[in-house]
Amino acid sequence: MAKFRIKRYNPEKQAEPYYEEFDYDIPEGATLLDCLNHLKWNVDGTLTYRMSCRSAICGSCAMKGNGHALLACQKQAAHLLKDGSDTITIEPLGNMPVIKDLATDFQQFWDKVDQVKPYLQNKEKPPERERQQSPQQFRKIDDATTCIMCGACYSDCNVLEVDKNFLGPAALAKAQRFVGDSRDQATRDRIKELSKPGGMWDCTHCGECVERCPKPAEPFYRIKELMAVGLEEGVTNNVGARHALSFVKSVKHSGRLNESKIPIESMGYFNIKGLLDLVPVGLRMLLKMKIPPIIHKPIDDAKDVRRIFEEFGE
Amino acid sequence: MKFALFTGCVAKGATRELMLATIKSAEALGIDFIEMKSAACCGAGVISEKNPVLTDAINARTFALAEEQGLDIITICSTCQGNLKKSECHLDEDVEYKDKINHVLKDGGHQYEGGKIKIKHFSNILATPEGKALLKEKIKRPLTGLKTAGFYGCYVLRPSELSEYEDPDNPKELEELFEILGATPVYYPSRIKCCGFPIIMMNKDASHAMAGNALIEAVEGGADCVVTGCPLCHLSLDSYQPEIESMQKKHYSIPILHLPQLVALALGFSPEEIGMDKHIVSTVGLDKILAQHA
Ligand code: SF4
Ligand code: SF4
Ligand code: SF4
Ligand code: SF4
Ligand code: FES
Repeated sequence: MAKFRIKRYNPEKQAEPYYEEFDYDIPEGATLLDCLNHLKWNVDGTLTYRMSCRSAICGSCAMKGNGHALLACQKQAAHLLKDGSDTITIEPLGNMPVIKDLATDFQQFWDKVDQVKPYLQNKEKPPERERQQSPQQFRKIDDATTCIMCGACYSDCNVLEVDKNFLGPAALAKAQRFVGDSRDQATRDRIKELSKPGGMWDCTHCGECVERCPKPAEPFYRIKELMAVGLEEGVTNNVGARHALSFVKSVKHSGRLNESKIPIESMGYFNIKGLLDLVPVGLRMLLKMKIPPIIHKPIDDAKDVRRIFEEFGE
Repeated sequence: MKFALFTGCVAKGATRELMLATIKSAEALGIDFIEMKSAACCGAGVISEKNPVLTDAINARTFALAEEQGLDIITICSTCQGNLKKSECHLDEDVEYKDKINHVLKDGGHQYEGGKIKIKHFSNILATPEGKALLKEKIKRPLTGLKTAGFYGCYVLRPSELSEYEDPDNPKELEELFEILGATPVYYPSRIKCCGFPIIMMNKDASHAMAGNALIEAVEGGADCVVTGCPLCHLSLDSYQPEIESMQKKHYSIPILHLPQLVALALGFSPEEIGMDKHIVSTVGLDKILAQHA
């Protein structure tokens, strides 16, 4: 017998969310969604969640199982019982307000997707038939097009937990779908928008979205592709881009990072406020002799590394 | 046990105490290291923002160096570990890609074959049955009474298929090591989250909030210190702790230790010998706790 510990909340009736436990013997091969359906249809009809396709296509049934976002219809319930535990904890997606029980309000999620202009921008007169792409051109956006807008990535994104202004993984993956589209003509404008605070450079690389994404969309990898386009397009008047350029320069020069130079070059020599922000921590580290050796020592055979940088176009 | 030590840049720069503690604890445990002095920076996931192929090329060169020595690579930085594993995966899953990179490496006298060496974080080595047995055998001063909150460093956990930990969504390796060393592990949700370091200059408030949430959870869980396997996490949690406290309007001053420092303490080294006096947040309180239980 397994215990389903479900976080429940009806804002019209309760002041606070609470957990309710349901016992259910998981049938062989049953998905988490099958189990919830059993509970709803046979035990408590007020249990609320979204679902539709039952085959990981529609993106409706995302929720948290044991603390991490997943699609209920894609996960076998028995696989959530680990280390001999008999309890599965089910909660609504994170980083969104709860409407009732496991149903969350996606408004902010959709607003952010809208913000990246998720449609083709092309000023030319449409051709007689569709605008075509070669298979190679399509490959650049293939992964991003698989997104089913389930919100699993958004739920677990570590930056969104502390900054609701961040565009978030799904919207950024959607942005890559158009930035990388050979038929789209707004690349530069898009990249400029995405380089603003709250955009692609605010991603902290935590990999949570890659881990939770049920499809090949894997937003973090799409975000890296956006960053590369940003640097290629020369949209570099921001801390994130300067940081990347300074980093590449440093490792090319000595085979390793020059930690004293990077913060200053990243902030930008004329960014007085940004530079002043670095002073307290810099002084503190200096007092503890934490500042790296004044003479930046290159690795052995740094010449070979520099050669490889040059061979690959840096 | 003998390994090729990939130090990473930060352990040779801002957190030299990590290098010191690694060498001391490895020596005492009888783990042999050869420092990879000609290995380049792993790229930290930043070089790949500009040039992903170049990132894999410099890391292929590092792997080739280890292959030449016939030694597995050991890292002491979660970020290095995560990035080296990503490059290894790119190279191993696409022979053509590997050949293209090897073609460039050839002029420097290196070739990456693949499948010959492993890449592991120091904590992974300690968490093997051999590592655990060594620790048990060599402990001189059990850390009884010390409550330690592990902070893994997200790059060693995700994507999980590249992680060397058994269950990256609910890892236990650090906590098991704490118990072997005599300390009491503290479990808290942020132990597997990001500390915010990569965006410390792009979005300072968000970065500090991420680190701050982890610190508060650890403190509320009763931890005396946070122990991390990543020098970048250490910078975020230790060097910036005064900013974080003033942003949160809270005062907790919780010491942050590098994992090898915690190990070295249990092996009998004094805090000064392993650079604990080089931290921004004072670690003096820990001595008192340990003395009480001695
Ligand atoms: S990798 Fe970036 S976008 Fe993805 S979850 Fe982490 S911070 Fe969010
Ligand atoms: S990117 Fe993946 S996790 Fe995020 S909404 Fe799309 S399918 Fe869901
Ligand atoms: S991750 Fe950091 S410490 Fe590791 S090699 Fe790269 S820059 Fe250096
Ligand atoms: S927690 Fe922060 S510093 Fe540590 S590995 Fe993750 S991103 Fe890097
Ligand atoms: S019900 Fe459609 S994705 Fe789960």
